[in-house]
Amino acid sequence: MRGYVIKRLAQALGVLWAAYTVSFLVLDYLPGDPVSAMAGAGADSGQVDPAQIAELRHQYGFDKPVLVQYAEHLGKAVRGDFGDSVSTGRPVTSTLTEALPQTLQLTGAALLLAVVLGGGLAVSATYTTRRWLRQLLLSLPPLGVSVPTFWVGLVLVELFSFRARWFPAFGNDGLRGLVLPAVTLAIPTGALVAQVLAKSLLTALDQAYVETARAKGADRVRIHLRHALRNAALPALTIVGLLAGQLIAGSVVVETVFSRDGLGRVTAAAVTAQDIPLVQGVVVFGALIFVVANLLVDLVYPLLDPRIVVASARKARAV
Amino acid sequence: MKPYPDTGATRWTTPAALVTAAVLALSACSSSGGNSSGSGGAGPARAGGTLTFAVGSDAGCVDPQQVGSNDTIYSLRQVVDSLTDQDPRTGKNVPWLAKSWDINADATTFTFHLRSGVTFSDGSPLTAQVVKDNFDAVPDLGALGTLAQGYLSGLQNTAVVDPQTVRVKFKEPNAQFLQATSTHSLGIESSASVKKSPQEKCSKGVIGSGPFVLKSYVQNRSVNLAKRTKYAWGSSLWTKKGEAYLDKLVFKVVPEAGVRTGSLQSGQVDAIGSVGKADETALKRGQVDLKARANPGAVFNLGLNNSRPLLKDPKVRQAILFAIDRQQIVDAVFPTGTKPATSILAHTTPDYADLGADLAFDEAKAKSLLTSAGWKAGGDGIRSKNGATLRLTVTWFANAATNQPALELIQQQLKAVGVDVVLKEQQISQLAPTLQAGDFDAAWGNITRADPDILRSQYSTQLANFYRLPTSGLDSALTEQTATTDSDKRRQLVERAQKLIVRNAYTVPVVELQTQLGVAKKVHDLDFDASSRIQLHDTWIG
Repeated sequence: MRGYVIKRLAQALGVLWAAYTVSFLVLDYLPGDPVSAMAGAGADSGQVDPAQIAELRHQYGFDKPVLVQYAEHLGKAVRGDFGDSVSTGRPVTSTLTEALPQTLQLTGAALLLAVVLGGGLAVSATYTTRRWLRQLLLSLPPLGVSVPTFWVGLVLVELFSFRARWFPAFGNDGLRGLVLPAVTLAIPTGALVAQVLAKSLLTALDQAYVETARAKGADRVRIHLRHALRNAALPALTIVGLLAGQLIAGSVVVETVFSRDGLGRVTAAAVTAQDIPLVQGVVVFGALIFVVANLLVDLVYPLLDPRIVVASARKARAV
Repeated sequence: MKPYPDTGATRWTTPAALVTAAVLALSACSSSGGNSSGSGGAGPARAGGTLTFAVGSDAGCVDPQQVGSNDTIYSLRQVVDSLTDQDPRTGKNVPWLAKSWDINADATTFTFHLRSGVTFSDGSPLTAQVVKDNFDAVPDLGALGTLAQGYLSGLQNTAVVDPQTVRVKFKEPNAQFLQATSTHSLGIESSASVKKSPQEKCSKGVIGSGPFVLKSYVQNRSVNLAKRTKYAWGSSLWTKKGEAYLDKLVFKVVPEAGVRTGSLQSGQVDAIGSVGKADETALKRGQVDLKARANPGAVFNLGLNNSRPLLKDPKVRQAILFAIDRQQIVDAVFPTGTKPATSILAHTTPDYADLGADLAFDEAKAKSLLTSAGWKAGGDGIRSKNGATLRLTVTWFANAATNQPALELIQQQLKAVGVDVVLKEQQISQLAPTLQAGDFDAAWGNITRADPDILRSQYSTQLANFYRLPTSGLDSALTEQTATTDSDKRRQLVERAQKLIVRNAYTVPVVELQTQLGVAKKVHDLDFDASSRIQLHDTWIG
């Protein structure tokens, strides 16, 4: 078990390092840098003095060789210091921690909705004996995954804010302001939950133990919920990490459409301004959430299904 | 350890996808354009109330001396007063914080006589020393405050003559400085604010003497302002004396254009910025007025690189100028009321001259100019000479939603006369480096400035000369206009400069930028200033 944990931890650190490095290289490869972006924004006048730009670039260390910049930044990042945002001058970490609660609120609500709605859909689709209804219900998740979140958000705003006027169209204020963004974000997430759960439910229902239970005279509801769902939920747990990634990525779009504060908006703004320190902070932070979620799943899983550690231990010994 | 093989493989690919998404999302700023209109006629003006204004973006900075984007200027303009104001109808500068001023004959020395009794919102008084502190600090903003420091370039010193008199001296004649004193960029901040670092001013805001005070700023979310009580030193242009009508101004950042439009229609906000052509139809149905005014300054133009062999030939440049059907571009792409270019300057710029006849669409003339320059049409209609194809690469930046459709239309129009246009999109961060390096055939852009001196900063060969113009009589016209305080003489010189630029086709003017706002009908007297930004002191809700 210890070997298993160490291996997972090493893998997680590897992913974090890769995320940092790839984002650094990509940002470095892009033409321009935050300083010229800043000057460009006000350069209406075309009167920017190249010497001043050079000075500013020096101040932020963008004139150093790439490898030196990389090593310096990585060294600091390891200690949790991502430097200051170029566009606002504020520390990256405090920008992120201030935005985090808003995004957690949004993604938390969306995840809850997604699990309830997606799970409900999967259970009802596999429970019903009417063929047409099952087909209909099972066709919803692919639809939910494929419609663009952006479009869903705009349609919801149009219907429930501009026409019905039940909810505000923008802002972070109160529970009412949370409803539309959370629903928008929950649609693709819930669809994914439904897809995975429905598939594993169908597999579980074909298993011999279901047959046994039925032979013993258990009723359908009991078989479906007690026997099949319990076993089917295990594989579905593995996608929690995937959901975390999807929720973070989705928040960029949802927060922009609904003008909400949060990590997503910070990301969009940072990328537009080519604010390298902030973008790096966002990427590593996103990767961290993702990695932690996956790590937890990997660590919890063996506790729920002991066969996994046994299997990996056996494999390790064989090597 | 793959309990669920279907998803196991994809789980680890998401961080990579995140990186890609973040990088690809690089894009689009919004821009906007301007026409003046006073409303009123709805009973007596009423004091009180809150105006909620939705803008599309946040510059991440609340220091008027450092920002350049309309969306941010709308709010910050209300916080600071300027030495002078500029009349949007005449372009003349009129008293504001300075009750009068003297300019010496060659426009190198400007003496301002300050109004007395003006205080900043921290209680400190406006004195000549405060103005000096501001002008001493602005050049240190450097690239962080390009507009402000550009206006003060060539500054020799600022001297306190007496507590209410300040003298600003330049090394070279600098006639544009008077208009510059009316801009938000040279808005006067309290001495305490001026002493802070640029970064601190950006994030915490500044203390001004304006009709509204900055109460709070949350990045990417909102700017909140409250009325300055006992304000009594408004611009001489304003109709209301004393403090503003409105109690509060709330600027919300709403990036999505459709959400801004819907929010205005459904009454969730009172006014919105950056109204595009696509939003007009929806807005016209509601209780909304569309207000528009052309931005003064250089119109959207194809800034030609005059050092390129192809573009050294005036016939080729002129052919491009005549091949563009400006009205068609306006009708297809730009908000209603936008005017095709009738000079290199927009018609709202002081000393603008109407050269519409020189910019009329004439396909036959374009073709014959190209033929006489030796460019012969080939089988595909594209011309060539000595084996070289007549190809023009147009570099553009995603800083306005209209750029791409406008340029695609230009591409078609030029193809009709045998010019192959290649469009090259660049990140906005590449704007300054591209122009500096001269790495372009033609660059698409405009510049907002309510003073004709913009022509000198763009086209004088003695300055940056991004468009690589040859030295010519244009230089002397541009230099002389900045050295005269005689308004008639300056107008003649500026007119001569415009004619030289347009008739030599050093650049190809295409269309004016128009700022368009959507304003609820219950909001009155929300007016454009000379730079097509807004002043909200006279605005009231009834």
